[in-house]
Amino acid sequence: MIALALPAQDSGSFTPPGIDEMHLPAILPWGAHDGFSKQMLLVILSVVIIATFFILAARKQQLVPGKLQFAGEMAYGFVRNSIAKDIIGGKDFIKYVPLLFSLFFFILVNNIYGAIPVIQLPSFSHVGGAYVLAGIVYFTWIIIGIKKNGLKYFKLATVPSGVPWYILPIVVPIEIISNFLVRPVTHSLRLFATMLAGHLIVMLAGSGIEFLIMQENVLLKGTSVLVLVGAIAMYMLEALIMALQAYVFTLLTAIYIEGALHADSH
Amino acid sequence: MNQLIISAATEGEEATNPLVPNVWEMGVVLVGFAVLLYIVVKFIVPMFEKTFAERAEAIEGGIAKAEKAQAEASAALEEYKQQLTDARAEANRIREEARAEGAQILADLKAKAAAESARITEQAHAAIESERQAAVVSLRSEVGTLATTLAGRIVGEALTDDERAARVVDRFLADLETQNAGAAK
Repeated sequence: MIALALPAQDSGSFTPPGIDEMHLPAILPWGAHDGFSKQMLLVILSVVIIATFFILAARKQQLVPGKLQFAGEMAYGFVRNSIAKDIIGGKDFIKYVPLLFSLFFFILVNNIYGAIPVIQLPSFSHVGGAYVLAGIVYFTWIIIGIKKNGLKYFKLATVPSGVPWYILPIVVPIEIISNFLVRPVTHSLRLFATMLAGHLIVMLAGSGIEFLIMQENVLLKGTSVLVLVGAIAMYMLEALIMALQAYVFTLLTAIYIEGALHADSH
Repeated sequence: MNQLIISAATEGEEATNPLVPNVWEMGVVLVGFAVLLYIVVKFIVPMFEKTFAERAEAIEGGIAKAEKAQAEASAALEEYKQQLTDARAEANRIREEARAEGAQILADLKAKAAAESARITEQAHAAIESERQAAVVSLRSEVGTLATTLAGRIVGEALTDDERAARVVDRFLADLETQNAGAAK
């Protein structure tokens, strides 16, 4: 925040905030850059929030649920039925519910931080977390595929059935690249980039409003209201995208797992 | 604090590539997610699944119970209907039997009455016959005695000899009978 105020203080030209402002100072710095940052605190806090909420909601185990239990069951049932059951299906889906459930709410809470005033920082606007989650998912579905189909899985995943042999030299490299190289990258960057862009827009609007309101000219000062209106609209859109990206990430995970489980029928 | 930020910001000017992750943050996310996953696997999912299973069981159990009650009710109804039909058939059968028995009794009584009347008639006939026989016998002897007495008186000869008298009477009667038989012819 202090860093944001800096460009406005030299009341000359407006310098928009960039990528570097994404990195807040460490709360407990050690070393040159590294330290215990706000991001880390928020990630830990998200684990506490999710665990506390769902344990409280699930603890009573009443047949006729109360309000809290009902809310928890709705949230759990959404991931269980709308994602795991619908995509993976069969009897196996229940095994993957914990992973999908954890992913969805972990990402959701960490994204929603960006829409909460004062906190206002989606954890995945830093790429590290997105890499980690996408990496976990990447190894998960590869291991599932190998467990289910043996090493033949790699053949099943890269050589589509029913394709004439003379097209295979083209198709197989494409499949290898798209499944094993591009997939984890897009999976992680999709989440990271949307969160980064959303956060940048909010920052940009914030600093823009600040800059305009500092102007001597009253009319120019008034234009800050327009930016504010736009910023609120963007804020709403961002809130939607935050929830949507959590859903998309989890949905893709479910699709990858399903693909690995039923590699022989694809 | 301020100094530090500015220096950090300017220092990062060229170096900061948004795609290069902070290793410590990755570590925190990894550990945080692992802890969350552990809690979810260990506590949250089992608790929810248990509740869901119990609820499904309760609902299905209720349905099963209702179905059982329904089946029992229809079985009872079936049984009652069966019993009613049986009872009706039984009543019919008893009525038929009673009717048949009544007819039988009536027929028996009639037969008995007829037999009784026949027996009485028979007895009467027999009695009449025996009386007639007795009358004939006594008449015969009396007529004989009377005739011999009369004839003795007329003839004046004592016909007291019984043997002779009997012979005379017998001849007389035999003549009478042949005369009767001739007349009848």
